[in-house]
Amino acid sequence: MFEYDFMQHALIAGGIVALLAGVVGYFLVLRGQTFAGHALSHVGFAGATGAVLIGLSPMGGLIAVTLAGGMAMGYFGDRLQGSDIAIGSVLSLSLGVGMLFLHFYTSYATQATALLFGNVLGVGTDTLWWLGIMALVSLVVLACLARPLLFISLQPELAEAKGVSLRLVSMLFLAIVALATAASVQIVGVLLVFTLMVGPGATAQKLTVRLGPGILLAALIALAETWLGIALAYFTDWPTSFWITALSATAYMLASLQASRNT
Amino acid sequence: MEVLRLDRVTVSFRGRRVLDDVSLTVDQNQFIGVLGPNGAGKTTLMRAILGLIPPDAGKISVLGQSGLRGNPDIGYMPQVRSAGTGQRLCGRDFVAIAHGGHRWGWPRLDKRQWQEIDRALELVDARELARRPLMELSGGQRQRLLLAQALIGSPRLLLLDEPLISLDPRHQHGVIELVRQVSKQLGITVLFSAHELNPLLPAIDQVLYLGHGQLALGTVDEVIQPEVLSRLYGAPIDVVRHNGRIFVMSGEVDVEKEEHYHDV
Ligand SMILES: Nc1ncnc2c1ncn2[C@@H]1O[C@H](COP(=O)(O)OP(=O)(O)OP(=O)(O)O)[C@@H](O)[C@H]1O
Ligand SMILES: [Mg+2]
Repeated sequence: MFEYDFMQHALIAGGIVALLAGVVGYFLVLRGQTFAGHALSHVGFAGATGAVLIGLSPMGGLIAVTLAGGMAMGYFGDRLQGSDIAIGSVLSLSLGVGMLFLHFYTSYATQATALLFGNVLGVGTDTLWWLGIMALVSLVVLACLARPLLFISLQPELAEAKGVSLRLVSMLFLAIVALATAASVQIVGVLLVFTLMVGPGATAQKLTVRLGPGILLAALIALAETWLGIALAYFTDWPTSFWITALSATAYMLASLQASRNT
Repeated sequence: MEVLRLDRVTVSFRGRRVLDDVSLTVDQNQFIGVLGPNGAGKTTLMRAILGLIPPDAGKISVLGQSGLRGNPDIGYMPQVRSAGTGQRLCGRDFVAIAHGGHRWGWPRLDKRQWQEIDRALELVDARELARRPLMELSGGQRQRLLLAQALIGSPRLLLLDEPLISLDPRHQHGVIELVRQVSKQLGITVLFSAHELNPLLPAIDQVLYLGHGQLALGTVDEVIQPEVLSRLYGAPIDVVRHNGRIFVMSGEVDVEKEEHYHDV
């Protein structure tokens, strides 16, 4: 299967995105903000389809809108807590508006499926570069941010007292989440971002109580699930996204069983 | 040596004065019980000392420095403890995130820094405990980890906001004794807020009583007096001593017990 260009691209793109999503997802789960990833991908859908409609690249629209959404969520922060219904409405509206944009666009069906469920087997060289740059930038920023981010996640009042700006740190983190989300959409699509971002982080936290090993494990689990998913898709001809979600759910269930046996 | 000084400090929220032109000085190596009814301003006082709430007037200085948020000389255990996030993390890593947590970068500690964490854990007798994830710990065990966390960075002033909350009397005693030992061992001054005076009596050097925007600082015998407390409560207060215990009464009601109804 390695002889085909499209498979090589898929494995490289999948690998890049998995590492990014796994690491970012670990922090997302730790912060109890998993909903944010889910929300950003939905908002991004409207951005991507809107960009297509006015003749721009869907990836550009996706990134721009998720970034704006992430920064806004970070800015309003605590005030968003408890407004599930408002957020839910915005999510549905974004999907609806996205569908409307697509309606005006001719090659409706392929675009829609690719955005909604991902299209890892159709990744071109351009996209590959984009993903690489996004992942690099996100991981570098995250590496600089990790200390205060953990501090504000676990001990916000103490962090504030030690001079950390809660707003700045959470805005920067959600900007990274936005980039990771936009990248994940390329692999598993808007609807299944949860699988790649949250699954591995949650699984890792069931398996180890240590921070460093947990982050590493999350990245490795995401990588394994993605590569295995792509390989299984190649051999079965079933959609990659299906296999990744199946692997992600299985891994989480096995980890939960293991964790409950240990206690 | 002087650790803390408040010079005619006023702190208010939307025009309502929580601290109204108050002054005090605190020396080193003092264990001070901070008391007062709900809403008296115990938390506000601590947050003002930390530089999180700027005073409307007056000056707060800690070890000669004033207006400095993130003063490394102050250790802090906040009252509102965010339970829920990071519950699967082990206690040791949880404590360690406070070490240089305000600096940018990847959370890597070197050997010497880990030794510092372990020393703090040892001080509160939580080395073993700290291997377990937070979600498996009881309230009192968590309290010990939080205390270890507050001790990181060798603070000279420790602000503990209601460390006894949700602890039964036996564990309350354990925490008070622990704080007293640690503070005497390290020579640090502790402000320890609580809702009941009696459990603190054997341990504290002084009482800081807050109420009605005013405060009184001194030994138990100086502060727990009808005239002083009547001024702070804005109502006639009786002080009844019985079997080494002190009851602060307003009419027939024990005001400390009374508060607990409001707490729930
Ligand atoms: N951020 C805020 N905005 C407006 N008012 C506030 C704020 N924080 C505190 N207050 C008010 O200031 C007063 C003092 O509050 P504070 O939390 O300091 O009391 P406390 O003594 O710690 O009470 P408790 O025993 O309940 O912890 C209260 O009346 C409270 O309503
Ligand atoms: Mg308080």
